[in-house]
Amino acid sequence: MADALAPSEPEVLRLDGVRKSFGVGTPREVEVLHGIDLVLRRGEFCALIGPSGSGKSTMLNLIGLLDRPTAGALFIEGRDTRDMDDAALTQLRGRSIGFVFQHHHLIGAFTAAENVMMPLLLDRNRPDAAMRRGAEALLDRVGLLPWMDSRVGNLSGGQQQRVAIARALAMSPALVLADEPTGNLDTKSADGVFDLLREMNRTSRTTFLIVTHDPRLAQRCDRVIEVVDGRIVADDAVPMPRRISTS
Amino acid sequence: MRGWLPFEWIAAIRFLRDGWMQTIFILAGVSMGVAVIVFMSALLTGIQANFLNRVLSAQAHLVLLPPDEVARPLRAAEGVIQDAVVQRPSQRIRSIDQWQTVLRQMRDMPEIAVATPVAAGGALAVRGEASRSITLTGVEPEGYFRIVKLPASIVAGQPRLTSEGIVIGTDLAVELGVGVGDKLRVTTARGRDATLTVTGLFDLGNRGVNERSTFVALRTAQSLLGLTGGVTSLQVTLHDPYAAEILARLAHGMTGIRADSWIRTNLQFFTAVNAQQTSNTVIRLSVGLSVALGIASVLVVSVVQRSREIGILRAMGARRGQILRVFLIQGGVLGLLGSLIGSAAGVGALVAWHASVRQADGSPLFPLMIQPQLFVIAAVVAALTGVLAAMAPALRAARLDPVEAIRG
Ligand SMILES: Nc1ncnc2c1ncn2[C@@H]1O[C@H](COP(=O)(O)OP(=O)(O)OP(=O)(O)O)[C@@H](O)[C@H]1O
Ligand SMILES: [Mg+2]
Repeated sequence: MADALAPSEPEVLRLDGVRKSFGVGTPREVEVLHGIDLVLRRGEFCALIGPSGSGKSTMLNLIGLLDRPTAGALFIEGRDTRDMDDAALTQLRGRSIGFVFQHHHLIGAFTAAENVMMPLLLDRNRPDAAMRRGAEALLDRVGLLPWMDSRVGNLSGGQQQRVAIARALAMSPALVLADEPTGNLDTKSADGVFDLLREMNRTSRTTFLIVTHDPRLAQRCDRVIEVVDGRIVADDAVPMPRRISTS
Repeated sequence: MRGWLPFEWIAAIRFLRDGWMQTIFILAGVSMGVAVIVFMSALLTGIQANFLNRVLSAQAHLVLLPPDEVARPLRAAEGVIQDAVVQRPSQRIRSIDQWQTVLRQMRDMPEIAVATPVAAGGALAVRGEASRSITLTGVEPEGYFRIVKLPASIVAGQPRLTSEGIVIGTDLAVELGVGVGDKLRVTTARGRDATLTVTGLFDLGNRGVNERSTFVALRTAQSLLGLTGGVTSLQVTLHDPYAAEILARLAHGMTGIRADSWIRTNLQFFTAVNAQQTSNTVIRLSVGLSVALGIASVLVVSVVQRSREIGILRAMGARRGQILRVFLIQGGVLGLLGSLIGSAAGVGALVAWHASVRQADGSPLFPLMIQPQLFVIAAVVAALTGVLAAMAPALRAARLDPVEAIRG
């Protein structure tokens, strides 16, 4: 299906020989990612699969600029992140990347609408009416308008994950990273959340990279990238010599 | 979310409200600390002011006296001492040389409120069989009564000082069995005597003073004490009593005569005040420190509890500085709110204490002195203390590794 994407679509993400080691300089130094090359283009809807401990979350943290590669280059929307300082990375992260985590990770002291506004508030530092209208529209799209002013602690797990998705889209980011967004939900809620991601991808042309252990959901993505032991072993968009099945 | 508040304030207030139990406990702690400081400071200021008021309203700030007579060894010739045994001569009543000139010089100084001459010495008051030794103080009422508020202490008769009148204390009147209008004979060591009429009785609130002190017109005292035109001291009050020591030196330099300041005469009191102030400072510092430690420990716990949320905020684009300020503001708000509540509680306690504690005569133990600037200072200091105390937790929050925090 990746062939359906015109190759002229702009690059949202590029990894060139990205390596990541933990415990550098200690006796327990261990390399977890061994030279990852990866390009994601605008509008792609990708699954990242692989066995536990293969390095999926580590990869997502690097792509999300929460952590830095030990070697290799990482470009977000064509911008080289190697020489950026913490403040520049933070700003790029805030504006270009949205996160959805497994444990929905909302800020409990705030309402659903306020959680959705948060990335904008952090960027502009003062709330305004437009921010609130934007949050309303997003919550409407995820079907949570009636719960707009509820504390997020009072929402169900599926509802909280929908708020998190709305929040991830608040800055209209180029790339949304989701680490097992349905891992904590029952099948029905999981399907609902996945459908929502799919729909967001279609309407906003946002690129999605979704880590999942659920082969059923992975099948429904446009592109499946498989990681084993810190290497990409299969990718729909790139012909691979050999395919290693893991699920 | 109100439009005028920036993110840091919104988050700080939300976090404080969200952890309301912790917030209430630490606010109670800060308030109690501030209340103790406010109560103690106001009480000490009041008691000190009361004492100073009493001392300063009944005493000259500066007394100019003739120099002590100094004995010199008897010399036969230059450098040869004939009799080295020296006795301090008994101090006769002596007048100040050129006192009118000195008085004029004093009155010309802008720092000086009142300067008035006094002729004082020992005498014997006799009435029939009874006699008592007294201190005869000859004064010019218009000046002297502005220093010692004698008219306010008159319980019978008038504070008028005619050439044949005398004003005495209530205790002396009882001992000699005299009242207003009765006559007294006053004799001095010079062998002079006069019969004076009691024109008024005073009660200065001190038995010793009421027994010994008597006041007559300056001329009367001068003639009884054999001073003919001389005075034994010049009594001076200042606009700023605390400048007394400096002015004493100045006056001595100008006139060459001895000048004693009230500060020197009441040195014991100032030693006590200093000791009190030192212990006050120690108490303030310890209370301030425990308030700071309390705020710091509550915020450390809060940072640990919220580390996942902090990580999420960082993932959503929160800068380190924003996270830092969220916690610094929490510290400042805790300090400020605590100081406002604590100031109110301290004043409340002070007013209640002031109303319930009375001296034997029913007058309040201390004047209620509530200085508004004390609260402003308390609020500013408490807010700053809170911000400083929040420094360590806030830095910890700002430095959190978002990857660790989110996984945690
Ligand atoms: N901070 C760290 N220090 C040391 N080793 C780490 C660290 N983080 C991850 N690892 C190691 O890196 C490897 C990859 O971890 P990662 O969390 O990326 O796997 P994953 O593919 O997300 O697994 P899962 O499917 O269970 O979530 C694991 O062996 C893990 O132990
Ligand atoms: Mg993982």
